Amino acid sequence: MTQRFSGTENYVATDDLKVAVNAAVTLRRPLLVKGEPGTGKTVLAHEIAKAIDAPLIEWGVKSTTKAQQGLYEYDAVARLRDGQLGDERVHDISNYIRKGKLWEAFTSPQLPVLLIDEIDKADIEFPNDLLQELDRMEFDVYETGERVAAKERPIVVITSNNEKELPDAFLRRCFFHYIKFPDGDTMREIIDVHFPDIQKRLVSEALEMFYKIREVPGLKKKPSTSELLDWLKLLLVEDMPLEVLQNKDPSKAIPPLHGALLKNEADVMLLERLAFMARRENR
Amino acid sequence: MLLNFLDELRSAGIRASLKEHLTLLEALDSDVIERRPEDFYYLARATYVKDEGLLDRFDQVFHKVFNGVFSELGEEQASIPEEWLRAVTEKFLTEEERAKIEELGDWDEIMETLKKRLEEQEGRHEGGNKWIGTGGTSPFGHSGYNPAGVRIGGESRDRRAIKVWEKREFANLDSTRDLGTRNIKVALRRLRRFAREGAADELDLDATIRGTAKQGWLDIRMRPERHNAVKLLLFLDVGGSMDDHVKVTEELFSAATSEFKNMEFYYFHNCLYESVWKDNSRRWSERIPTWDLLHKYGHDYKIIFVGDAAMSPYEIAWEGGSVEHMNEETGETWLKRVVDTYPAVAWLNPKAQRTWQYTQSTQMIRQIMGDRMYPLTLDGLDDAMRALSRKQG
Repeated sequence: MTQRFSGTENYVATDDLKVAVNAAVTLRRPLLVKGEPGTGKTVLAHEIAKAIDAPLIEWGVKSTTKAQQGLYEYDAVARLRDGQLGDERVHDISNYIRKGKLWEAFTSPQLPVLLIDEIDKADIEFPNDLLQELDRMEFDVYETGERVAAKERPIVVITSNNEKELPDAFLRRCFFHYIKFPDGDTMREIIDVHFPDIQKRLVSEALEMFYKIREVPGLKKKPSTSELLDWLKLLLVEDMPLEVLQNKDPSKAIPPLHGALLKNEADVMLLERLAFMARRENR
Repeated sequence: MLLNFLDELRSAGIRASLKEHLTLLEALDSDVIERRPEDFYYLARATYVKDEGLLDRFDQVFHKVFNGVFSELGEEQASIPEEWLRAVTEKFLTEEERAKIEELGDWDEIMETLKKRLEEQEGRHEGGNKWIGTGGTSPFGHSGYNPAGVRIGGESRDRRAIKVWEKREFANLDSTRDLGTRNIKVALRRLRRFAREGAADELDLDATIRGTAKQGWLDIRMRPERHNAVKLLLFLDVGGSMDDHVKVTEELFSAATSEFKNMEFYYFHNCLYESVWKDNSRRWSERIPTWDLLHKYGHDYKIIFVGDAAMSPYEIAWEGGSVEHMNEETGETWLKRVVDTYPAVAWLNPKAQRTWQYTQSTQMIRQIMGDRMYPLTLDGLDDAMRALSRKQG
């Protein structure tokens, strides 16, 4: 693989991210991505797939997901039912083996990108159960005695929101990248990519307001990149006049269309209270 | 060089192993990166560090080990951002010198003075250092100072003179981070123990298949649903000296309520006596006898006290020692009753651990608790949960 990942037209990658992705792609080790919610962890896998022109196989992990489900599932109930009905299919056990996402990725005709999304949502033992499979990229199907092995090691991207600690043995096999919250310049690049024809001044006013809100102490959920992009989209759709954003009157600390930025009523109230206090001081 | 780096990382508490080291070598061998110091830094970081809390420590070790190596490569020839220089002048030049230079108003002069000044600094601190000879080509290649201490205006990427690892961007992610609700939840999760209890309302597929194969007819087996079976009884100290710790206690409380289904909580003041209460606004009218609690909640409940344990020793050891009412039995008696009834007890103390030894009452309570007092920090909480979930003999 001589191709290097360097972001795409829709995704701004920082230098450290590029190095981590290229290392993971070249050595075919899983890449573990952490970061604040909304900083583009899941999107990264989509963009890697797009950049190297590979199909993306997504495995969204939930609290009930078992590692085995990623390999295969044996549908015993269906077989039981067929057996009672006297269906012919019942004689071949492989009719009741359902392929999981890992199997799909291992046998994909074209080199795929496998995204294991939010691995921390699952049970604490989940990553341990996948150790061997991700390390050797092969597993056995006990019901049929078949061995599924990857022709070529797929590119694996794993995201985590840090809700559970991942086991050491698992971490040792991964490259790790922490997406930190983008600084002002990177943010401008990101916005350029998403809204190429947005007015320059609108962006800078909006950004200023955005970072100010992030700095308000005590916010339960700070707005992140994805919220900023949503907000900008709304501002564009609503055709918000520039003056509204430029209004530096502290008594109007609540930004227009704040619903896109603040997702928590306690936070909205906090801002309103700050605005109220600013009004009182001015009097 | 690289092995030395691995040693340094390990002694700094980053648990990198040979596995990671080999991965790094493999990556270097297969030319994953271009030959730039920054890329090497990024690659090493992605390989060795698996926890954003350790990123800052990694930056420091990287700086320590590779400091000087890269300047030997002539990296410093690159352009140096002006704001950085300004910051450095502020740090290394005296008030008068700055005024004088500003009078001259010539940036080159400032650079020149700064250079001399830095060389002096270097000479004083590490006389005979080899960098003085080789560093002559560039103004600031001696690296005798730590730019982390200099406030750099604006975070500019890709300016090569400020090395990325010296910026220490991840400093505030280190484990001194705030004890947020989410962090507490993660710590509390240690206490989870899943068990199947109650009505059998879930199909047990494995047992059904096994039963069917054995019997020869369809043998449906059911089982109860799996849920967190840990039961928790929380005693919270309110009022007085606890007012300083309201926020952290609140966070612990909100995390605990969402994490455990079987959780009960009661309030007390300073020390546990014959009654507790559930509602702080009616604490005088609606009291619940502590005896009732001991009888009501089985010994499989886990008890957590949250309090600063700071009071006068009389409040623990004397009858009638309570500051609020006439207690017929000592606080110690009541605490001991709880400790004797429940095998799993822990006391979480929001005060810093180093201050405990100066408060007699803290020592006393710690003794009553059988040394099971833990600071209300992430690590302390972790230890407490580990102790609580240990199998009680």
